[in-house]
Amino acid sequence: MNGKSKMSWLLVAPLLILVCVGFIIPIGYTLIKAIKNPEITAALPRTTSALENWEWDGKSPPPEAVYEALIADIEQGDRGRNYGSMTRRLNFEQSGSRSIMMKARRIADKIEAPYAVSLPEAVPEFGDGDIWQLIKQNSNPYTARYLLRAMDLTVTLDGSIERVASDQAIFVDLFKRTFVISIWVTVLCVFLGYPTAFWMSTLSDRAAGYVMLLVLIPFWTSILVRTTAWFILLQREGPINAALLGTGLVDEPLRMIFTRFAVYIAMVHVLLPFFILPIYSVMKRLGMEYVKAAASLGAPPWRQFVTVYLPLSMPGVAAGAVIVFMLSVGFYITPALVGGLQDQMVSYYIAFYANQTINLGMASSLAVLLLLFTAATIAIAKKLLPETGSGIRA
Amino acid sequence: MMRFGLPIFSGLVLFFLVSPIFVIFPLSLSSSSVLTLPVPGYSLQWYEDFFFSERWLLATRNSFIVGFATMFIAGLLGTMAAFGLHASEFRGKKLVLGAMSLPMVVPLIVTATSMFLAFSIVGIANSLWGLIVAHTIIAAPYVVITVLASLQTFDMNLLRAALSLGAPPVTAFREIVLPMIMPGVIAGAIFAFATSFDELVIAIFITGPGQFTLPRQMFAGLREFMSPTISAAAVIMVVLSFVFLFITEAVRRRGERLKSSPAEH
Repeated sequence: MNGKSKMSWLLVAPLLILVCVGFIIPIGYTLIKAIKNPEITAALPRTTSALENWEWDGKSPPPEAVYEALIADIEQGDRGRNYGSMTRRLNFEQSGSRSIMMKARRIADKIEAPYAVSLPEAVPEFGDGDIWQLIKQNSNPYTARYLLRAMDLTVTLDGSIERVASDQAIFVDLFKRTFVISIWVTVLCVFLGYPTAFWMSTLSDRAAGYVMLLVLIPFWTSILVRTTAWFILLQREGPINAALLGTGLVDEPLRMIFTRFAVYIAMVHVLLPFFILPIYSVMKRLGMEYVKAAASLGAPPWRQFVTVYLPLSMPGVAAGAVIVFMLSVGFYITPALVGGLQDQMVSYYIAFYANQTINLGMASSLAVLLLLFTAATIAIAKKLLPETGSGIRA
Repeated sequence: MMRFGLPIFSGLVLFFLVSPIFVIFPLSLSSSSVLTLPVPGYSLQWYEDFFFSERWLLATRNSFIVGFATMFIAGLLGTMAAFGLHASEFRGKKLVLGAMSLPMVVPLIVTATSMFLAFSIVGIANSLWGLIVAHTIIAAPYVVITVLASLQTFDMNLLRAALSLGAPPVTAFREIVLPMIMPGVIAGAIFAFATSFDELVIAIFITGPGQFTLPRQMFAGLREFMSPTISAAAVIMVVLSFVFLFITEAVRRRGERLKSSPAEH
């Protein structure tokens, strides 16, 4: 290593280390959480090892040794946290399992051996093999079940993969909805931003400078403040409804807040500057020379636009559209504030599982899929437009 | 049609972009607790609420502490890194660039969840330090970008000349390089401050009520009790954004003037 590159490394090192320790390692840790599965073995070490040699045949329960192991796990394990997270983990796989396991804990010190008889007498669900098979299936330290569930799939007791019951199948719809909302927001930004940027590019430098302020002001205003503005504007008693009622256009206030309409309007408002700014700089460089050339050769205006200007400005459109699409896929604050429950995107559910139900496996699995989604967008964008990357270029 | 249609369409789009921001100004001055237009009368009560409420003042203080700390740390580390990246072609440079730009492309919610999990383990969740570290990481790439851009126009021979005349490296950097790339450093630092000042998603995950920043306090207000004080807070944040915008535009124009003047070389 020569002196110069040594100096480069020394200068780069502090930020690089900070990014690695504070960002890359945490992200990796989160991604691993999506496949980690420690709960069952932590709470029921004896039971899971006793179950190793037992095969589920659809009806018969395991031998007495397994029952003894469960009672020993209940009596000798810590009765609080581990057991609780184990029951929640089982309940996530099969609803109802939580109360079965809770009943077992409650009566464990009131029943006598042989437990293979006395436990099913108290809690009938222990009489066949199903609950045991569920425990056995989930006693690996790693699992694909969270990731499967994030795609609305589940593993049945015989080990085959199938779709979850329709009342629990929310995630495929969630990803579809996130995709549809993002596509529409992108289309609307292109539709509104392209003509506006074009008009701005035809202005004199002085006039363009002032008009540019109208784009830069929202660009610099915080996303939360802009969402708050729409939150206020779209209220039932808000200014828009007041104006509509005042002019007699409607008889009663429109319901706008907490609807998909509110999500679209606020997201387009937030993201439009991200489209206008890059496409404007492309159009500014492009100028009107080629269009004038086409006109002088006799092309009608629509043809000047379609065959000359549009293809030339396309790289800018694509770059801006990719930025808008990528940002909108990860949106959280705006839909959370102005949308209803049916308008929430993937981010909302990541926050929901991380902060409210504390199901980190589910939160991480959704995060993995969201990351893959974003990475795929970047990869496609790189393929379509090789010269525009989203990273830093030195 | 082109003649009038396009300006009218563009005018409507620009109106759509700015009007919601300006609508909150009169609303924040309303004497009514129902936020609607036209306002029945004007009063400063919501600003009074803001400036006499411990919660809002604490949030404002936290926002400035975290914002300035982020600005200085991200500004320093980002400038160093940009200079290191510019100074030589070293092995692994592409990888370093990739790693540093990751925080810009990873969805914020994923970053926030990950930092929340990791910071809880090391015990800096629910502290201003945790938030400063998080904001520094997401803001530093912007500093790297702006400083790299201004380094493109810097002639490395000037630095070599200073070094060959016996200037210690740090002095040479401070006296020769820094003044030339200052517009980029300032623009990056302001962007870092603004990024931190606006950031909400990470704040939701890793702050408790004692570390609430302005956006976090606004978010809590919007979800729990819709008080018009929020409109006053929003106006205060908008005015601050105008200040950031004004400074960056001034720095940018000055930078362009310097570039176009043929004084050097």
